[in-house]
Amino acid sequence: MFEIVSKKHLGANVWLMKVVAPLVAGKAMPGQFLIVRVDDEGERIPLTVCDYDREEGIVTIVFAIVGAETERMSYLRVGDRFADIVGPLGRPSDLVDLPVEELKKKKILFIAGGVGTAPVYNQLKWLHDNGVDVDCIQGARNKDLLILENEMKAVTKNLYFATDDGSYGIHGNVCVALQQLWDEGIRYDHCVVIGPVVMMKFACQLTKKLGIPTVISMNTIMVDGTGMCGACRLLVGGQVKFACVDGPEFDGWKVDFDQAMQRSRLYKTEEGRLMLKLHEGDTHHGGCGVCS
Amino acid sequence: MKVDVLKKVPVSEQDPKVRATNFDEVNLGYTKEEAMAEATRCLNCKNARCISGCPVNINIPAFIAKVKDGDVEGAYGVISRSSALPAVCGRVCPQETQCEAQCIRGIKGEAVSIGRLERFVADTAKDLGIKPQLPADMVKKNKKVAVIGAGPSGLTCAGDLAKMGYDVTIFEALHKAGGVLVYGIPEFRLPKEKVVAKEVENVKALGVKIVTDAVIGRSLTIDDLFEKEGFSAVFVGSGAGLPRFMNIPGEQSLGVFSANEYLTRSNLMGAFSEDSRTPIMRAKKAVIVGGGNVAMDAARTAKRLGAEVHVVYRRSEAELPARAEEVHHAKEEGIIFDLLTNPVEILANEEGWVTGCKCIRMELGEPDASGRRSPVEVPGSEFIIDCDAVIMSLGTSPNPLIKTTTAGLEVNKRGGIIVNESEMTTREGVFAGGDAVTGAATVILAMGAGKSAAKGIDEYLSRN
Repeated sequence: MFEIVSKKHLGANVWLMKVVAPLVAGKAMPGQFLIVRVDDEGERIPLTVCDYDREEGIVTIVFAIVGAETERMSYLRVGDRFADIVGPLGRPSDLVDLPVEELKKKKILFIAGGVGTAPVYNQLKWLHDNGVDVDCIQGARNKDLLILENEMKAVTKNLYFATDDGSYGIHGNVCVALQQLWDEGIRYDHCVVIGPVVMMKFACQLTKKLGIPTVISMNTIMVDGTGMCGACRLLVGGQVKFACVDGPEFDGWKVDFDQAMQRSRLYKTEEGRLMLKLHEGDTHHGGCGVCS
Repeated sequence: MKVDVLKKVPVSEQDPKVRATNFDEVNLGYTKEEAMAEATRCLNCKNARCISGCPVNINIPAFIAKVKDGDVEGAYGVISRSSALPAVCGRVCPQETQCEAQCIRGIKGEAVSIGRLERFVADTAKDLGIKPQLPADMVKKNKKVAVIGAGPSGLTCAGDLAKMGYDVTIFEALHKAGGVLVYGIPEFRLPKEKVVAKEVENVKALGVKIVTDAVIGRSLTIDDLFEKEGFSAVFVGSGAGLPRFMNIPGEQSLGVFSANEYLTRSNLMGAFSEDSRTPIMRAKKAVIVGGGNVAMDAARTAKRLGAEVHVVYRRSEAELPARAEEVHHAKEEGIIFDLLTNPVEILANEEGWVTGCKCIRMELGEPDASGRRSPVEVPGSEFIIDCDAVIMSLGTSPNPLIKTTTAGLEVNKRGGIIVNESEMTTREGVFAGGDAVTGAATVILAMGAGKSAAKGIDEYLSRN
């Protein structure tokens, strides 16, 4: 189980893997996530599902190296196995519950940022397979960080790129791009934003101003991911919600993004220490203050 | 060995000062000599009330008689007819309110130490390589039963069904079997490799298959189990659910955890060890809110991770829901109890990190519906406990996953699955037990429900 059947470097620190996980592939729907453990000592890492093949029992995951554990994942090769993959977790996107005819009437815009492109791709592909045309703005700091470009093109009607440095597509972030489209007279009545929390925050401020109801997807700290530990809690409309069972998708206008950003820093020091330990290996001595 | 018939033979424990700095087991268990001496205190009552005090009805006088003779294998045979997890129960059951509460010896002196004897038998049997046996007259029934959750109720139900000849598969959502025994109860009360893993192996030795990483309701639904996977009955032992919080200001601050998260990191993920790759906050001063067994586990874990620990509980000592032994152990280890105290706000610095817990003094008023005197705030008595972590241990509300993905499965007002006297739910062929039905309770009550459900499933499948 959980054998890696292919692996691809998508640029910068981002990797794509196709992995045998029939229980996940058999049931995964757009919007859901899974949890992996690299090996028997591994931490449980939540990742969004980029794609699935029900027949072959294979799921596609995309991850960026953000800590020691994801760096370890990047060391795995084709033929290696994860210790565990569990899912699908969380609720499927609300979009998949709507009748296709109704979806076809909507003017839907997706906004994807960074590795958030992977879960957006999953939703776009489902909509495309069901004959629903949608647009997407894909944003990144620069051209090299734009991932899955060809795949994204194949499943969108209009795909717009936005880079902070102007190296590709619209010069500016996704908000600049959306404002530009709006100013050109293009209108949407539903928006899905997935990416870094800070991007989702500002995108939601803009869509609120423009009056486009918006759904976002939270990738919070988690442990079990099945509704037991409460690590993934966030405030939505002043209420405590749990990303793993109530989400991961929420009404973007109601999420307290500042608090979510604050909570994401909870284990940063600890994670830094683990990263150092991984890089320094046996020479690691615990960091400052331990030297004598 | 000299025995005072009025008193339990004492058991060795790690010194409180030493154990407060390590995760090794606190209670060291009886030696064979101590166990045989304690066994002589059993009066072998004809009408043994202890048996009815045990949720899984172990024939207690019969196993104690074997211990008295030094026959551990025989004693293990008696216990394992009724219990799949004796090494666990001997450690974590509240014997003082169950079997030992019924013991005739308890009228004039101390009850027979049934729990310690059970633990002795289970541990010794394990050391001798003795495994539970399938009944010699067992007839294989060609029927498959699915059990959801490898916790106390699921393991018990599965073990009993396997002994009745059913083909049983347990589906476990986490990467390790054991449920609360692996994620909830700390190593120093219940060693994971030495005890829990071995008990799980014993259940497997009866022919039970365990599939980890399978979330029923997501990876497969209950309908899939019947229609696609060919199961004839399903037992839901999915356990407790989401942690409760107080809904007070500051609760989202950095350093506020649910006891479930804190304990899962330490126990399931092994974060108490410096080598672990799962992070855990090592607080300098921690406030634990709540007075149950889970609160004691969180408090004693935080202590071992280096914190000064305060347990804040809104009622008085007499109302602490935790076992007396747990409270006693916690106090011995230097945990401070701030009773008749309730948090009203969590204070944090500009970056969001917890700096203190603002509390108010309480006094006991009139008894409430539960018969307990309900605490009321003393006006103007607010004060601040400086701390860098607050761990909420206020119980859980049931996980909605199985309910929302299974048509025809009804739940009560509190979200617990509704069952009849044979533990069958409102959906035919689906049975349930443990915390998923009752809300947070004890290991042994969950085991009792698993046992009763196994009987219910057998009756149901014998009819159909």
